[in-house]
Amino acid sequence: MITKTSRVAILAAALMAGTVLSGMAHAADTVKVGVLQSLSGTMAISEVTVKNAEMMAIDEINASGGVLGKQIVPVVEDGASDPAIFAQKATKLVQDDEVVTVFGGWTSASRKAMLPVFQRLKSLLWYPVQFEGNECSPAIMYSGAQPNQQMLPAYDWAKEKGFKTFFLLGSDYVFPRTANLIAKKHIEKDKLTLAGEEYVPLGGTDFSAVIAKIQAAKPDVIFSTLNGDSNVSFFKQMGAAGLPSAKLPVMSFSIGEQEAQAMGPSLVEGSYAAWNYFQSIDTPENKKFVAAYQAKFGANAAVTDPMVHGYIDVYVWKAAVEKAGTFDAKKVRAAAVELAALPSPMGPVKFARNQSLIQTAYIGELDPKGQFKILWTSKGAIDPEPYDPVAFPGKKCVIKH
Amino acid sequence: MGELTLFVGQIFNGFSVASLFVLSALGLALSFGLMRVINMAHGEMLMLGGYLAYLTLMVVPGPLGILVALPVAFLGAGLVGALLEATVIHRLSSRPLDTLLATWGVSLIFQQGARNIFGAIGVDVTAPAWLNHTISISGGPLDGLTLPATRIFIMGVAVLVLGGLALLLAKTRIGLLVRAVNQDRETAAAMGVNARKVDLMVFALGTGVAGLAGVVLALLGPVTPNVGQSYIVPAFLVVILGGLGSLVGTAIASLIIGLFSALVQIYVDVSLSQVLLLVFVIAFIQFRPQGVIAVRSRALDS
Repeated sequence: MITKTSRVAILAAALMAGTVLSGMAHAADTVKVGVLQSLSGTMAISEVTVKNAEMMAIDEINASGGVLGKQIVPVVEDGASDPAIFAQKATKLVQDDEVVTVFGGWTSASRKAMLPVFQRLKSLLWYPVQFEGNECSPAIMYSGAQPNQQMLPAYDWAKEKGFKTFFLLGSDYVFPRTANLIAKKHIEKDKLTLAGEEYVPLGGTDFSAVIAKIQAAKPDVIFSTLNGDSNVSFFKQMGAAGLPSAKLPVMSFSIGEQEAQAMGPSLVEGSYAAWNYFQSIDTPENKKFVAAYQAKFGANAAVTDPMVHGYIDVYVWKAAVEKAGTFDAKKVRAAAVELAALPSPMGPVKFARNQSLIQTAYIGELDPKGQFKILWTSKGAIDPEPYDPVAFPGKKCVIKH
Repeated sequence: MGELTLFVGQIFNGFSVASLFVLSALGLALSFGLMRVINMAHGEMLMLGGYLAYLTLMVVPGPLGILVALPVAFLGAGLVGALLEATVIHRLSSRPLDTLLATWGVSLIFQQGARNIFGAIGVDVTAPAWLNHTISISGGPLDGLTLPATRIFIMGVAVLVLGGLALLLAKTRIGLLVRAVNQDRETAAAMGVNARKVDLMVFALGTGVAGLAGVVLALLGPVTPNVGQSYIVPAFLVVILGGLGSLVGTAIASLIIGLFSALVQIYVDVSLSQVLLLVFVIAFIQFRPQGVIAVRSRALDS
């Protein structure tokens, strides 16, 4: 009851602030877009920097002349780490602020909450984070990795390395459960051993029983879809139990450069991660991007995969608008999948016809400075597959344009 | 590693989890028993202890830092607790529901304060080298059993705190006064006991113990602005199960909860074990609403 009242008050205040902002931006040579990330609550740690990257892209585009001759005016909203608020704010952005598109979301719960809003209002959401797939909507451009672009390449790499028994550990919500379901089907198909599967509530801090089971199961490798603070507790308690990453490899799917720095790189040194972008990627485009970000947000600011996805989403949107010659959501998404590959910090990127990004998978190993040494790169860019044929046979994602 | 090893290992883990629970719940149990105050900001005293450990380790690095951090956190959290009692809780002592709301507000202020000062991401307290090893058994029926030194250290702290408090309550004059006020506040006051002072002291003592809990928690997990929130729910469970205001009850309830979840977790995962734990506590208080140990007190009768 207490929370509800205070939320209503906060919401009222936020709505009032929003109206003032939107009242100011009504010039003819501007176009409004929404930026919707959690700026407060537990997810703020990760999402504030995605907002920074999206805003940086908008600033850069404005500095070089805008889109179709119009300056972009971002309307920033706070999803407050709460799926219900994400849905409310998405409605507000599209209906009241009349933004032409929205960049945002992080957790699968936030995306699932916003999906019906964008479908009903016939608008378009650009979603920047890797996720569990098993979803296919014309209202969303999925730039984060599908399972076959992150989890499964990591699994293939582990097989190549000769790992035979796998232990799946995750936070207890939709992404880890679905991702592990897919991994399990593949382990089964390849006749390898699933040594155990454990879930800990989001934010859980006690891993004593999980570690005892890991010790009993003696896996070759742990696949971890733990999210947030739980990772710190897990790695600390693994170290204390005499199982540092050097002894029992851990492959994480939610630890990026920023999380590693926050956890203290020594804690996670030697552990592996799978992403479609690492700050250490050695290309001129990436060096330029990292330098620009650090010039703006501090010389030690870490750059992560979801931030880069948020950044390139804005650029792909711009290119699609220019190709379509209009801001109309339906025409923009049709144009977006027809575009030629665009250069980006993570290499040339292009959306497939199913509105997910075609991208390369990388495996990295954390060094003492919290940066990844790239150990493995997939053979070329991987086509996105929202429905893994082994786990979800017969399902196909086809979007009409 | 056999079944037996896993079982024995889980009993050890159960004791280890129980020692964390006892440290986080003692203060709640004490202050509720004496003053009928539910301090929603109790978890933030844990958080305070964690941040004080972090600060102490910056000033006193090296192997003994953590031993210095314990008294620092105890005194620091105790002082903040005393201040909280004097400024908020005492003034609302006749309105228990308002204390609930006020201390909840205080907890939000503390969390936001920590976020503003230390950042949302949290800070890291590293265990000193002498705690950073594992006793492992190889050969024999318990082959493969590992006992992390940090967890043994935490159990030691819990035992010392429990023993110290028991001695304080049973053997000292202060303890006598506390027991007197606990049994019958009006009569004790009529006999010349300064109940006001006793309240203040017990509350500060309880928050001080929470501060200690914060230091040892930092050895196992991160110190973040919302670290207290993850321990406050089990702490309330311990208090409900143990019987309000009883030291022995709190200790026994912590052990029951710790061992129950550790042993259940051999068969189910952590999420499900928490569900089963809640079911167990609800069933238990159906049969024994007064908790493990019933404390007879005028304060709780009405």
